[in-house]
Amino acid sequence: MSEEVIKAEGLTKVFNKHLTAVDHVNFSVKQGEIFGFLGPNGAGKTTTINMLITVLKPTEGKASVLDFDISKQDYNVRNVIGLVPQEYTADEDLTGLENVLLCADLYGIPRNVAKERAMDLLKLVELTDFKDKKVQIYSGGMRRRLELACGLINRPKVLFLDEPTLGLDVQTRAATWDYIRKLKKEFGMTLFMTTHYLEEADALCDRVAIIDHGKIVVVGSPEELKHSLGGDVITLSVKENADVSELVSKVEHVKEIKKEDNSYRIKAEYGEVTAPFIIEALRRKGYTVTKLSLTEPTLNEVYLEYTGKSMRDAEESREAFVAQRITMRRARGRGR
Amino acid sequence: MSKSNEYCPSRLHGIWALTNRELKKWYKAPVIFLLSIIQPIIWMGLLGKAMNIGALIPKVPGIDPGTVMQQTLGTSDYFSFMAVGMIAFTALFTTMFSGMSVVWDRRLGFLNKVLSTPVSRAVIIFSKVLSATLRSMFQAGLIIVLAIAFGLQFGGNFNPLNILGVFAIMFLVCVGLSSLFIAITIRSTRMETPMAVMNLINLPMMFASNAFFPTKFMPDWLQTIAQYNPLTYTTDAVRQLLIFNTDYTQLALDFTYVGIFSVIVATIGIVLSWRFLSK
Repeated sequence: MSEEVIKAEGLTKVFNKHLTAVDHVNFSVKQGEIFGFLGPNGAGKTTTINMLITVLKPTEGKASVLDFDISKQDYNVRNVIGLVPQEYTADEDLTGLENVLLCADLYGIPRNVAKERAMDLLKLVELTDFKDKKVQIYSGGMRRRLELACGLINRPKVLFLDEPTLGLDVQTRAATWDYIRKLKKEFGMTLFMTTHYLEEADALCDRVAIIDHGKIVVVGSPEELKHSLGGDVITLSVKENADVSELVSKVEHVKEIKKEDNSYRIKAEYGEVTAPFIIEALRRKGYTVTKLSLTEPTLNEVYLEYTGKSMRDAEESREAFVAQRITMRRARGRGR
Repeated sequence: MSKSNEYCPSRLHGIWALTNRELKKWYKAPVIFLLSIIQPIIWMGLLGKAMNIGALIPKVPGIDPGTVMQQTLGTSDYFSFMAVGMIAFTALFTTMFSGMSVVWDRRLGFLNKVLSTPVSRAVIIFSKVLSATLRSMFQAGLIIVLAIAFGLQFGGNFNPLNILGVFAIMFLVCVGLSSLFIAITIRSTRMETPMAVMNLINLPMMFASNAFFPTKFMPDWLQTIAQYNPLTYTTDAVRQLLIFNTDYTQLALDFTYVGIFSVIVATIGIVLSWRFLSK
C-alpha cells in the first residue's frame, strides 16, 4: 500500500457545462492523517468529497482512494470508505441501533457481526442508553455521534466527514471533536474532512487545504500556514496626526506596516518583545501611543492573506441551502 | 489489497434492507398505518354506499333495477363495482406517495449516503419500486377483506384462487407505476414540481378509466383515452376475477396489456433513474 491514501490530479467538476465547482485541484492525503478542506460555502468542498466517495463522476482529471481509481474502480472504493455526511441521514422513525444496523446491511455485514460492532460503536459514542430510543428525540450532538457510528460500521480505511459540526453549538462542537479524535485513535484510519469553521480546521486537522472558487490556494499544516504569514500582528494608534510608518518600520523585527484609517497594522516577529520597542521608539520622537493590541495569527489571518477576504457566506445553491437549513434545525434538537 | 470487503456482498445485497426501511416507516408508525386502513373504508363508504346508483333507476313496473345495473355495470350492485375500482385507485396513490419519498431521501442526504456504499444503483431503485408494490398489494388485500365485510357480491364462477390473480395484476401495475413516478421525482430537489406533475396525471388517469364508471357510457374521445389507460385494464381484470362471470379471453387481454405496459414503463423508468444516479 502506498503512503498516499488519496491522490487527486487535476480533479475537475463542471455542472451544466458552465458552472465550474471544482477547478483542476491537486492534492494528496497521507496514511493516518486528518486532512481538511477549508473554505466558505460554495467553494467546492462538498463537490470534491462527492467525487471522492464516487457519488459524482469527475468531468476531468483523476483521483484514487487507496490506489483504487474513483471512476473505474468505484465499487472497490465504496467498500473501503465510510461517510459522515453533512446532513443528518439517520431515520427519525427508527431507533439508534436500527439505524446503525441498516448501515451495516448496506455493506453486507452479517447480522451477528453487525450487532456486535454496532454495540461497540454505540458505546464509543456514548449512545448505549439511547440505542432503543427513536432518533426523533436525539439532540444535535447525539445525532452527529450516531452518524459517526454509522460511518464506521464497515471499519473503513478512509473516513470522509463533510462539515462534521455544522449547526452545533460551541460546546457540542468541541465534544464532537473529542469523539472524532477518540474514534481515529481506536480505528487508526485516515480522515478527510471539509469545514468552513476555522477553529475546527485548526483544532482537528494535521494538514489543511484552503479552497476558494474551486481552486486550492494553499496547503500546509495549520502551524506552517500561520508561520508563513511572518509573525504576529500589532495594531496601534497614536494621538498625533503625523504618519509614523517610516519610523516604526525601522524598529528591529518589524516586517511590514500598513496605515488603516486611524491605526497601523504592523506585522512583526516576536510580537510580545517587539511591541515595547515600537512604543519606546515612538515616545522618543514625542508621539503618544493611545491604543495597542497584539494578535498571534489564526487561520483567519491565513485565510485573509491567501484569499484576500474574510470567510464569506455565499450559499452554494438553493438545494444546499435548504439541506443546510434542515440540518441546522435538526441540530438544534427537538427533544432536548 | 486483493479483498476490499471481507464480506464480498453480492450485487443484489441491500435490497431487503432498503425495502424494509421504507416499509418500517409505514408499519411502525401507528398513525400512518391506521390512516391507510381508514382511508379505503371512507372512500368505499362515500362512493360505494352513498352513490347508490340503483336508487336512481325509476321504479316502473317491468323495469328491474338489478337487471338494468347488470346490463350496464356488469353487476347488479354498484358497491361491488366501486369497491373493486378502489383497488386500482390505491395502486395509483400509494405508488405516487412512494415516489415522493425519493425527493425526501435526496434532500435529507440519505440518497448520497447510500450511493457511497457498495449497494448498486439498480438496487436503490428496485427497493423503492418493491416497497411501493408491497404496500399497494397489502392495501389491495385489505380492501378486498373490507369489501367482503361490507357485502361485496362475488361473480357466479368465483374461485378463492382468483384472489391470487388480483395480487398478480396489482404487482404488475404497481411495478410500472412506481418506476414511472420514481423517474419523475428522482431529478427533483423540491416537493412542489413532482407534486404538481403527479396531480396533473393522477385524477385524469383515475376518471378516464372504468374505475368508477363504465367506459361505454363515456363520450367517444374519453373512451379512446380510457382504452389506452392501463388502469382500465387493471380494474377490468380485478372485476373479471372477483365480481363478474369471468370472461377468460378478456382477462388474458387485460393481463397482457398491463404486463406490456409495466415492462415498458419500468424499463424506461429504471434506465432513466439509473443513468441519473450514475452521473
